[in-house]
Amino acid sequence: MVRLGRAALLLAVLGFLYVPIGVLVALSFNESGLATVWTGFSVRWYGALLANADILAAALNTLVVGLISTLVATVLGTALALGIEARARKGRAVEALIFAPMIIPDIVLAIALLSFFSILKVPMGLHTIILAHVVFNLAFVSAVVRARLKTFDWSVTEASGDLGADGFTTFRRVTLPLILPAVIAGALLAFTLSVDEFIIAFFTAGAGRSSTTLPMQIFAMIRFGVTPEINALAALVMAVSVTAVTLAQRLNRGVIAP
Amino acid sequence: MLSQSLRARLLMAPALLWLTAFMVVPCLLILALGFFRRGIYGGVDYTFTFENFRLLADPLYLGIFLHSARVAGTATLIAVVVGYAAAYAIAGAPRRWQGMLLFLAVLPFWSNYLIRTYAWIVLLNREGLITQGLRMLGYEGEPPSMLYTEGAVIVGLVYNYLPFVILACYAPLSRLNPELAEASRDLGAGAFTTFRRVVLPQTLAGVAAGAVFVFVLSIGNFITPALLGGGKFQMVGNLVYAQFLTANDWPFGAALSMVLIAIMMVLLMAQAWGTAKGMGERNG
Repeated sequence: MVRLGRAALLLAVLGFLYVPIGVLVALSFNESGLATVWTGFSVRWYGALLANADILAAALNTLVVGLISTLVATVLGTALALGIEARARKGRAVEALIFAPMIIPDIVLAIALLSFFSILKVPMGLHTIILAHVVFNLAFVSAVVRARLKTFDWSVTEASGDLGADGFTTFRRVTLPLILPAVIAGALLAFTLSVDEFIIAFFTAGAGRSSTTLPMQIFAMIRFGVTPEINALAALVMAVSVTAVTLAQRLNRGVIAP
Repeated sequence: MLSQSLRARLLMAPALLWLTAFMVVPCLLILALGFFRRGIYGGVDYTFTFENFRLLADPLYLGIFLHSARVAGTATLIAVVVGYAAAYAIAGAPRRWQGMLLFLAVLPFWSNYLIRTYAWIVLLNREGLITQGLRMLGYEGEPPSMLYTEGAVIVGLVYNYLPFVILACYAPLSRLNPELAEASRDLGAGAFTTFRRVVLPQTLAGVAAGAVFVFVLSIGNFITPALLGGGKFQMVGNLVYAQFLTANDWPFGAALSMVLIAIMMVLLMAQAWGTAKGMGERNG
């Protein structure tokens, strides 16, 4: 009886989480494009996306921001994790500094960066979005890599040193291969975060349409109303996130759930 | 050969510098900006004033703060109750399924926030699927207005943050020693008493972490009220947004976001203090 109750509860919660997304995906394949009548399976709305120059340009911008910010954040975040875990004493200030990007409301960081860039008269565009995205991306990468380093056997690096390898060789041949799954998982999560991030990009993109990212484009479209094209775009963006996150979880079990 | 400690510092330096330059300094700037005057043409007039903070106590803005806190508080309460129950159910499932179930519960959290919110527009709008469903059941009246209500905003917030609460509550629940609950039952406590006196106190840290997170992100949220509230409901997040993008009163916007940071810090400290105290009691 208790077990049945638990199963029913879980089913209800998972239903609550997945039905809205499922409905969107289903509607994206509806020939009529309406939420009211199902007229048959069709991929025409996906075709319409490919013909929309604004969406393609926004997708390209998002890809550029996502790739560059992920690359920078992965290098900085991994180095940070290695540095922290190699130290015997953990500084509380450093911990707070790394935790902050994960909990600060996006809107606060967004307006802080907007004020910062405009007071320094830094012209804004894709580059300022990248600078901003590295902030939270590096925090996530370092958290993932640190979790891996907690169970890391440092004696193997000592052994490598004793056998004559210098610091860099030890890193390249011993440490990196061992932590690589965590580094890649962290990078995949960072990429997902960047691709989906809206508020900070919106505030640091500057004026003009040239640095519109995909979430900014989606926001503008949603404001305009419910259109079948958004459903198709939403389904595609969802698919990218789900793929990246599932891959991260497979590479490094425990990265988003135990 | 670099010393171990110097090498560690050098590894940490680039990331810490980045965080300092693009997070700490901008946030300090906001702190300072709150004490200046708004310029005539929307810029910043660098004369010192407390005016912005006095304005915060204005009934209009105080009202928005209280309203936001009520909406965020309601969303937090619902998310914590449902999330805890779901985490409890997952922790009670066979071991080999727990990882999969938790993964499924957390996965939506990692997808696009805008899209997850948009999905509710599709469901709740006047000709949306819920209205369709009601029609099929024989309902013939006016379509119920569900979108652009406070309820819609709360549902949107709960929907978006529920996965995090499940994750936060699952961690302590999965570490719980089942023998303690059994012992409590053997000593004659009922199921509810056992839950209240044995299970809940040991898992409160997870509940607190989840609650603080949902509340902080809800009260500062701007997408959900903008999309599901239809701009009818001003929340602190929207107010900050408006100061920067439409009203052009940056100093006041800065003062408002300082309040958000203050709320966040107080709650985090309370949570850390509560967790430390709870641990001390248990160990003592």
